[in-house]
Amino acid sequence: MKKLSARRRHPLAALVVLLLALACTGGLYAAFAPAGKAQADETAQSLAIDEGKKLYAVGCASCHGTGGQGTSDGPSLVGVGAAAVDFQVGTGRMPAQQPGAQVPKKKVIYTQAEIDQLAAYISSLGAGPTVPTEADYGPDGADIAKGGELFRTNCAQCHNFTGKGGALTHGKFAPDLEGVDPKHLYEAMQTGPQNMPSFPDTTLSVQNKKDIIAYLNAVNGDDTESPGGLELGGLGPVSEGLFAWIFGLGALIAVAVWVAARTAKAKKS
Amino acid sequence: MSSQDIPEENLPAEQDAHGAVGVADEKDPFADPGLPPHEHRVQDIDERAARRSERTVAMLFTVSMLATVGFIASYVAVPHDKAIYVFPIGRINALNFALGLTLGVALFAIGAGAVHWARTLMSDEEIADERHPIEASPEVRAKVHADFKQGAKESALGRRKLIRNTMFGALALFPLSGVMLLRDLGPLPGTKLRHTLWSKGKLLVNMNTNEPLRASDVAVGSLTFAKPEGLEEHDEEFQTEIAKAALMIVRIQPDNIKDKRELEWSHEGIVAYSKICTHVGCPISLYEQQTHHVLCPCHQSTFDLSDGARVIFGPAGHALPQLRIGVNDEGYLEALGDFEEPVGPAFWERG
Amino acid sequence: MSTTNTPDSRSSREKAPAGERVADWADGRLGIYSLAKANMRKIFPDHWSFMLGEICLYSFIIIILTGVYLTLFFHPSMNEVEYHGSYVPLQGQLMSEAFNSTMHISFDVRGGLLIRQIHHWAALIFLAGMFVHMMRVFFTGAFRKPREVNWLFGFLLFVLGMFTGFTGYSLPDDLLSGTGVRFMEGAVLSVPIVGTYLSFFLFGGEFPGGDFVARFYSIHVLLLPGIMLGLVVGHLILVFYHKHTQFAGPGKTNNNVVGMPLLPVYMAKAGGFFFLVFGVIAVVSAIASINPIWAMGPYRPDQVSTGAQPDWYMGFSEGLIRVMPGWEINFWGHTLVLGVFIPLIIFPLVLVAIAVYPFIESWVTGDKREHHILDRPRNAPTRTAFGVAWITWYMVLLIGGGNDLWATHFHLSINTITWFVRVAFFVAPVLAFIATKRICLGLQRRDKDKVLHGRESGIIKRLPHGEFIEVHEPLSQEQLHTLTSHEQYEPAAIGATVDENGVERKVKGSEKLRAKLSESYYGEESQIAKPTIEEYKEITSGHGHH
Repeated sequence: MKKLSARRRHPLAALVVLLLALACTGGLYAAFAPAGKAQADETAQSLAIDEGKKLYAVGCASCHGTGGQGTSDGPSLVGVGAAAVDFQVGTGRMPAQQPGAQVPKKKVIYTQAEIDQLAAYISSLGAGPTVPTEADYGPDGADIAKGGELFRTNCAQCHNFTGKGGALTHGKFAPDLEGVDPKHLYEAMQTGPQNMPSFPDTTLSVQNKKDIIAYLNAVNGDDTESPGGLELGGLGPVSEGLFAWIFGLGALIAVAVWVAARTAKAKKS
Repeated sequence: MSSQDIPEENLPAEQDAHGAVGVADEKDPFADPGLPPHEHRVQDIDERAARRSERTVAMLFTVSMLATVGFIASYVAVPHDKAIYVFPIGRINALNFALGLTLGVALFAIGAGAVHWARTLMSDEEIADERHPIEASPEVRAKVHADFKQGAKESALGRRKLIRNTMFGALALFPLSGVMLLRDLGPLPGTKLRHTLWSKGKLLVNMNTNEPLRASDVAVGSLTFAKPEGLEEHDEEFQTEIAKAALMIVRIQPDNIKDKRELEWSHEGIVAYSKICTHVGCPISLYEQQTHHVLCPCHQSTFDLSDGARVIFGPAGHALPQLRIGVNDEGYLEALGDFEEPVGPAFWERG
Repeated sequence: MSTTNTPDSRSSREKAPAGERVADWADGRLGIYSLAKANMRKIFPDHWSFMLGEICLYSFIIIILTGVYLTLFFHPSMNEVEYHGSYVPLQGQLMSEAFNSTMHISFDVRGGLLIRQIHHWAALIFLAGMFVHMMRVFFTGAFRKPREVNWLFGFLLFVLGMFTGFTGYSLPDDLLSGTGVRFMEGAVLSVPIVGTYLSFFLFGGEFPGGDFVARFYSIHVLLLPGIMLGLVVGHLILVFYHKHTQFAGPGKTNNNVVGMPLLPVYMAKAGGFFFLVFGVIAVVSAIASINPIWAMGPYRPDQVSTGAQPDWYMGFSEGLIRVMPGWEINFWGHTLVLGVFIPLIIFPLVLVAIAVYPFIESWVTGDKREHHILDRPRNAPTRTAFGVAWITWYMVLLIGGGNDLWATHFHLSINTITWFVRVAFFVAPVLAFIATKRICLGLQRRDKDKVLHGRESGIIKRLPHGEFIEVHEPLSQEQLHTLTSHEQYEPAAIGATVDENGVERKVKGSEKLRAKLSESYYGEESQIAKPTIEEYKEITSGHGHH
């Protein structure tokens, strides 16, 4: 057996070193990557508007103004309704952390009780859409196929066929809808958060919304079946093409290398 | 396969230490040394190794047979709509997975067996085959040329020009019949691309509810799609008509509308634009309600709906056509005519 | 057994084994023995990259086999029907019969989904295989005389494969492919003067009409595959006729071919490889979903999804169309849709750029000899650089074709990516050309060093006076030969400008261009003179030197 040092000039040595280095980097990254910290929550008890007002003063007023009238940093909240608050705060989009093309969804920092208090306060500033109930967005009485047609007409252009999300202009994007609470889906359609247009009940009825939510649950839910196998992100031909090149052709070339390689010769070791 | 237990006398003489005394030809060290001597594989000199290879090949062929039996069994036994969870793929169709794997293994094992057989048991002595020039020898070349000239001369094609010219004429003309036959592939365009189903007084029907839209239904920041009254999904011509008539309706605060004509053609800030992109016809509708930009998902043409839908980015060449709308006596939105310019992709006669 | 009609043939025939008798029968009618004499022990060299073409051939066969199966169930009709199959989220939806029957194949025919997926995966791999195969042929110079015609055959197969793929992708009439067909209609409309007519003839009237699935079907299953089959046969006959190329090495010359005989080794390997390819594609189809039309829904011209892209081989045309500025000229009541028409023109030009290269190179070198020894890419720096520049160009356009997905997955702005591609379309190939040429020259220098000074062994030796040196191992004659056997062209000079009578002749522009190109190909800047025997002897005779 030759010493390792004698092999360091081997033609394949560079490749081996590169692979080792990549493996090390990946391993170290996996080991030290910041893990999501569980955050302890305290629960507030009161549901009064006053409580909401206090929360508002601390968390929201700096951008939306002390009375919800809006400032240059944030729009007016008068008349946006409880549904908008429940969506924005309930998905962690609000309070926003930093200005950017779009405020992304983050970890929720308020409890549902606090969110309800905030919503109550904002509703008191001016009437707006209320938080929907289970009867509005639940699966009972929903027509999945009709929901599919509605989804393709109203939603797929931004959110993709099955709600995997897509790009908008200048770094904005329509988010992936997988795992989004049906209530939040409903509120988003109703209130049109950020750059999303709204689909009020007058043009997209409650039943329509229910159908869309049922469709999404069927094609992008936890139990969704992908009959053909790996879904490849559900993104269509781009990921399929990458898969065909890397795994399809890659495997075939690996096989070809084996077929054409010379068989090991007998040698004294 | 180790060579540990190969009988000593069967091993080839020890090779020269790798490359140590390489250069044999003193005069021209770069000269071709010829094919290297054939080296034996383990299987060539050790019958036990060869038998191991044989068993491996036979095993692979047997695996293939078993996999085919598995394929037939899965076809018969697995219900076609059964879903299973396979880590890490996810919930997939059991039959597709079972059939694909068994078929794949059955085929792969045949191939692997054949290749292993070729690699370990068939002769691996490299043979050199001579190449011969592709082009013919000068004699053959001369003969062919002479034959051709003789034939051409006997045909008298060069001498009898009338025959030649009329023949070329006939051969050139007859394909025209074939071209003619293609005429009925489709009707002539006429002005079909200039007109849609929209006309004065047609109500705007909400695609979602299939009900006519009232002005009060459309909120600022909302997005609605509409079709002309009377066009139903079951209609024979639905696809062709909706391909031109599809409408996108948004409401913008009248103060925010920069284009004068747009405001004029709107109803209290409700504007109706063609949903068909003017680039190559994708249904454009990625509407950003704060910027009033609408983006095409196919090629990213971006239009500003608050400014006459002019193009602000991407490959589209002109603004989206706007439909002039108003409200009838009962408060329903109605078209005040057809689009004034053709909708969808531009074409030569568009002008 | 050549005496089958002599009186005693009967007895001899009875003695011969059955297989032999069948062969004799066939030979008497088809002359198979003369054919077999030339081909049965035909030599094929072994190298993994020589099997890329086989991947294409076998995936083509797999596509035909599975395609025939699919035609048994597919209805190429655009009649509208209501869906009542077993996929719940589409029940009751209106769709064309084409979509409906594809749903039926996917959900209600046992194994139908598998065959569909094999058909589609094999198609993607077929095109990818052809691309890589073409690049292998390109970078090793295997397209040189006498194989130029076969290069063109292969190129045509690639282009026809693209269109066969596109028409097939459109057949299920789903929302994704329908959007692609709509794009095609827009592209056809952009053609000056006749575009509108072409579109009406193609679609039987206005888009989408009720005809295009049936028309695409006959193009997809009959017209294009028929032509391709002919080309494949021609391609293979020429491979047999020319005999395979080989890399330089000991015992390998331009006048021989070294390898294993067709019978038995190559037969077993190539035959086995068919099953390996089929097996791999079947496994891929078992574990990975492709073109899930049920998730996309039936086509409606007023619906669309983000991420609307064609299959990868059409991706570069998608990139072209996405990054093109929206130019449109209106004059005298007509519209020139440059924003669509220019990409439509560049689309074939991208492909033709690589297709005509062999002819340009042979014109520059003026070399009329046959070439059967492959070049190592580094030994043809200009060609290699051109090839890499072309691939870069192609890849930039592919990136452009997926700009929305790069934007969402790498958190970039779609507008920035589009601008990047617009710039890179012009700049990236040039940079790639320069960088590749430099790398090639660097590798040539390293080869030269290796020949003259031997291989760095990694052993550090301390000399008596304290100096450390690395021991260099001299190369064997096999290696020396392999590294020095390539030919190096001299740049072509413009011939004498004065003829034998002293009369000055006019130098044609093409001649000047050729001399210039030749200089840039083979001048001092573009190749490292390979080591000579004298150099080698001078260095190796200096004892003790490394």
